[in-house]
Amino acid sequence: MEKLEVHNISMAFDGKKVLDNVSLTLREGELVCLLGVSGGGKTTLFNIISGLLLPDEGQVFLDGEDVTGKPGRISYMLQKDLLLPYRTIEDNVALPLQLRGMKKKEARIEAGKLFEEFGLEGTEKLWPAQLSGGMRQRAALLRTYLFSQNVALLDEPFSALDTLTKASVHRWYLDVMERIKLSTLFITHDIDEAILLSDRVYLLTDGHTDVQVEIKEPKPRRDDFALTPAFLAYKKEILSHL
Amino acid sequence: MTRKLQSTTKSKAPAFVAVALLLLLWELVSLSGLVPRYMLPSPVDVGKAFVHELPTLGSNLLVTLQEALYGLSLGIAIGFVFAVAMDAFNILYRAFYPILIISQTIPTVAIAPLLVLWFGYEMTPKIVLIVLVTFFPVTVGLLDGFRAVDRDAIGLLRSMGATKWQIFRYLKCPSVLPQFFSGLRIAAAYSMVGAVISEWLGGFMGLGVYMTRVKKAFAFDKMFAVIFLISAVSLVLMMLVNLAERKCMPYRYLSDKQK
Repeated sequence: MEKLEVHNISMAFDGKKVLDNVSLTLREGELVCLLGVSGGGKTTLFNIISGLLLPDEGQVFLDGEDVTGKPGRISYMLQKDLLLPYRTIEDNVALPLQLRGMKKKEARIEAGKLFEEFGLEGTEKLWPAQLSGGMRQRAALLRTYLFSQNVALLDEPFSALDTLTKASVHRWYLDVMERIKLSTLFITHDIDEAILLSDRVYLLTDGHTDVQVEIKEPKPRRDDFALTPAFLAYKKEILSHL
Repeated sequence: MTRKLQSTTKSKAPAFVAVALLLLLWELVSLSGLVPRYMLPSPVDVGKAFVHELPTLGSNLLVTLQEALYGLSLGIAIGFVFAVAMDAFNILYRAFYPILIISQTIPTVAIAPLLVLWFGYEMTPKIVLIVLVTFFPVTVGLLDGFRAVDRDAIGLLRSMGATKWQIFRYLKCPSVLPQFFSGLRIAAAYSMVGAVISEWLGGFMGLGVYMTRVKKAFAFDKMFAVIFLISAVSLVLMMLVNLAERKCMPYRYLSDKQK
């Protein structure tokens, strides 16, 4: 069964159609990219999938269950890390556990188990302001993961980082994903990033997701994948559709 | 640490020198006889009066301080309730915000006699007046803070299934602390001034009562002594607020080394 199914979503704001009959699927453990221009309705789609926004038409299914307009099942992570400045890193990432009713102490212990896995060891007691941009995004991803080991929505999570930081964050991200196998829907406007990270790429153009490109390169992918002819062929194919 | 100490001494030195020069100038003017001594007592006279009157000032200060703290606490509590209600229900915000602003254009001195008529000469009218002047900066500070909370952060918590109460508890309340403390600093200073003004218009004890008494006796040295005392106490109150702020928000005061 598909992990996440998005069926024929349409959404208009002030008579302007932002999403027009959008459908996509996400399988267990898969990483799917949604590639499109900024302001092209990607974030609206995420708000619908996470249940914050009710679409004009269409449904969202998680493990076969209709979760359209029901927040609290699928969480997302934004370009802004949204770490709360008044909580230490451990309390920030443990927040979803606390929201679920876990005691602060237990939530810390539970969250603490994953710090090493996410390359965050030693930052537990620090404030967000004391971390670099890359580390903050790691913490934000851990928070998303602690909310749900099911499906994660990542909305341009790394686009605010500078190129060098981004490269190292990508390496870290692929490495972590290899181990935790989180089914992920990933928004980006960066073609290279989409090819490097994902199993499949959906192109979102004019509110449609008609074009789908499968990236067959086996995982774990190495850094030099981006320099191979195969990579360029994928890039050419994607560019031809835009 | 020593470096930090040095830099603060350095940055505050000009202010200390300026104050010392002003005091010296004042002393010279009153010594020279340009202004009669009984109208402008010298700083040394004021200091002497202060020491001489210390027991009386102390017992009066306790009364004033008590009023100020009662009024301030109540003002904070009421301000909190107002802000939360007005943030939760937009209709309340639109209905009461203008009234709140208008209420602040009424001069305190004008309503104080009314309060005395209504509530008598005991502590009640004083506390009511202090509440009236202190709840406003607290309400406005909190309201601004609630409205400044990042929409995306609210969305994030909602996507995690947070209830309205959880959003209030985990996001809005802690986010509002900086604005709350700015409001509180002003409210703390107002509470002291409010207490003194309310005592002018009737009462048995307190620095305001003491002030009217020494004014009638033309004891200007004592008058200056009590003025200095009031401003010193206001300063201490504001410093206490600063201290509490640092205690509650250590993350806003990280030194460069910690970063």
